[in-house]
Amino acid sequence: MPLMECAHCTLAVPAGLLEPGADKQFCCHGCRAAHTIIMGHGLEQYYRLGERTREPTVTGDKTVRYAEFDREAFIQGHTVLHDDGQRSVVLGIEGLHCAACIWLLERLDRVVPGVVEARVNWRRATLEVRWVTSAVSLSTIAEGIAGLGYRPHPLRRDDRAEARRSADRQRTVAIAVAFAAAGNNMLIAASLYLGMFSSMDAGIEQLLRWASCFVGLVSLTWPGRVFFRGAWSALRSRTPHMDLPVALALAVGGVAGTINTIRGTGELYFDTLCVLVFLLLVGRAIQLRQQREAAATLDVMRRITPQTAHRRVGDAFVEVPATVLEPGDVVRVAADEVIPGDGTILSGETRVDVSVLTGEAAPLAVGPGAEVAAGTLNLGRHIIVRLDAVGEQTQMGRILELIESSAESRPAIVALADRIGARFVLAIVAASVATLGAWLIMEPSHAVDHAVALLIVACPCALALATPLTLSVAIARAAQRKVLIKGGDVLQRLSRPGMVWLDKTGTVTEGRMAVVSWRNVGAVAPAALAEWVAAVEAQCVHPVAQALAANPRAQTGDDYKIENVQHDVHGGVTATVEGHEIAIGNAPFVRAHLRAPLEADVERVAASILASFASPIYVCVDGAVAAVAGVDDPLRADARDAVAGLRDRGWAVGILSGDHPDVVAHTASVLGLSPSMCHGGLLPQDKVAFVARSAENGATSVMVGDGVNDAAALAAASVGIATHRGAEASLRAAPVYLGRPGLGGVVELLDMGQTTMRAIVRNFGVSLAYNAVAVVLAAAGLIGPLVAAVLMPISSLTVVSLALTLRFRQSA
Amino acid sequence: MTVLYIALPIALILAGAGIAAFVRIVAAGQLDDLDTPPLRMLNDD
Repeated sequence: MPLMECAHCTLAVPAGLLEPGADKQFCCHGCRAAHTIIMGHGLEQYYRLGERTREPTVTGDKTVRYAEFDREAFIQGHTVLHDDGQRSVVLGIEGLHCAACIWLLERLDRVVPGVVEARVNWRRATLEVRWVTSAVSLSTIAEGIAGLGYRPHPLRRDDRAEARRSADRQRTVAIAVAFAAAGNNMLIAASLYLGMFSSMDAGIEQLLRWASCFVGLVSLTWPGRVFFRGAWSALRSRTPHMDLPVALALAVGGVAGTINTIRGTGELYFDTLCVLVFLLLVGRAIQLRQQREAAATLDVMRRITPQTAHRRVGDAFVEVPATVLEPGDVVRVAADEVIPGDGTILSGETRVDVSVLTGEAAPLAVGPGAEVAAGTLNLGRHIIVRLDAVGEQTQMGRILELIESSAESRPAIVALADRIGARFVLAIVAASVATLGAWLIMEPSHAVDHAVALLIVACPCALALATPLTLSVAIARAAQRKVLIKGGDVLQRLSRPGMVWLDKTGTVTEGRMAVVSWRNVGAVAPAALAEWVAAVEAQCVHPVAQALAANPRAQTGDDYKIENVQHDVHGGVTATVEGHEIAIGNAPFVRAHLRAPLEADVERVAASILASFASPIYVCVDGAVAAVAGVDDPLRADARDAVAGLRDRGWAVGILSGDHPDVVAHTASVLGLSPSMCHGGLLPQDKVAFVARSAENGATSVMVGDGVNDAAALAAASVGIATHRGAEASLRAAPVYLGRPGLGGVVELLDMGQTTMRAIVRNFGVSLAYNAVAVVLAAAGLIGPLVAAVLMPISSLTVVSLALTLRFRQSA
Repeated sequence: MTVLYIALPIALILAGAGIAAFVRIVAAGQLDDLDTPPLRMLNDD
């Protein structure tokens, strides 16, 4: 039978929901509702717009109550009142994934009368809605958005956002003005230089000189004032800074140029100064962009906790946004739902997936009186929970806070350029003073000219451009190799060896169960037993069942007659295959299906499996054990090589894991790591402590991990590396993401760090040597205005092309 | 070449007008979001 596509989201329609004979099929009620609303408002073009990506639509559940959005406090806190009485709000939108979504959401005014305008911001995944307050309520608008299949949620107020936006605008204007000034001044300068070779009318020459002076002063006082401000604060804090020589050159050049304009003779430096201002601002903008990317938001972390919850009101449970829950509330958590807060179970027994907090893969069985934590997943039946803590008071909230504070406590990165630049600054200033003094003695009339020429030629324009440019080229090249890096300082930190901490589950290991051994025991094992087991387990979803279903020993794919498949959540499955009764499961489960006691042979096999820290799974055929499988989370194929590669490069390697210490010790011995460096049974806080301790004394500490349980440690490390399959959240907390499986990417990343830093040092060398020669020539009075104007762009070009030639060695 | 006495100031005034226009565009927020409009443009009916 052909797979039917959902008419709304294009995902496959589950067999149970197929409607024979119907024109359109839907994968869920949410999609059906969304489809009806879209068609009902004449918005069917949504379905014709390009390719809608295959992502499940957030179900447009109308049951969620958005009444909270109408509370006075919410309206005051989140919305803006405009002069015409209309209000606007910015909502975060879940489920935004293609251009058609933008089209649909921006036509919200047709779906919800009273909405004036809706604008999507794609990158931030937000929707700004403006509406007439008398015509419609915000909760109705939110329900309208939900009806289209998206989930709106209130955004946390960010008071800095407005300030940041205005700073961004100012920067854009500054670069534009600097560029306009530089372009115009170069045209004027070209005319003047040409005029030196042909006779130029004296009046025209004066006009051009005054124009150059005017444009130059605009550039110096408008976009150029950031350098004066920077130099002033450098003077006050007594720390030499790149802004200091820049400001000095701009000031001296500007004053000398203005005096020469008024005098009507002598050099004008304005064309060079304008280009200088423009190039330095561009270099700064590149650097700032990298830092922005690095300071990633923690929004996604917040989305891990659920958006809505069922709160008890009287005798019923009502769905409310999770943000309004309070301690003492009683909530119902259905199967497969995330628990919204820390609390105590009042009634119901279930299993909870706590891997998000502890990294422990095995679900925890809990019952009435047991405590459950926010962010953990209810796997079994529904439970009633009394909340003791919500939001930031929960364990999860505290971890988030930890991440945020460790992200802030990180020392401000002193850019490499600034560190070397500081000495350079003093050298230039000293050289120009010396030049001025020497020429005052020899030939006072040229003293100022030569000193200014030196300051301009030696200006570290190339230096300031080279470092950010090399770093952005490195980041782009790394991205081509599926290593995503946020912020160039990561590469700088990785260039010095230190300590690498690896998480175990999912990083060193595959992060999923697999059959690592299979032993037939007794005389009764049928030839195709492994395949029978695989066929039976293919019908179950338990991780161990999936391991047995993917057993490498069962690859023929023949069909077997399977009947009476019965799951037992506590440890196994029974079925009848080709007339044989089969029971698969752990020891207590299988013992119940045995007709004779376990043989010594079987016990021995099981003991050897346990000794290697795998779990034995018994396969019982017609009442006797016929095979024992060892199931374990196997090491990644490249783990051993990667660890060896890290140690070859001078890094110390250790393991931090939430798993049992014995299991960690076993993994350590397999990888050849010292047991004293491998720690098990750790909570997230403990991991942070280990990572922070190894980062003391300025050493580089790197944390490699995935999952939310590692997020705090990732943020606390000098460099956090989120591995493939890591939760989206850890990606946000870590500055590096490896987009491919295995640890090989970590080794490659360290090499990239070294290559990049070597390239930066080389660029520094070239540009310093270049400047040294220029300074000597200028001090000797050999550099005239024309030579200076040619030398400066050439030096920038050299460094820029050097930066662009950066390549990473291809490793296997 | 005396035309330059008029042409140069006019050129500078035009450049000033260009900058003024750009400042207004930035202040109006037209350059704040450079990601959504290219996608939105594809969809216009």
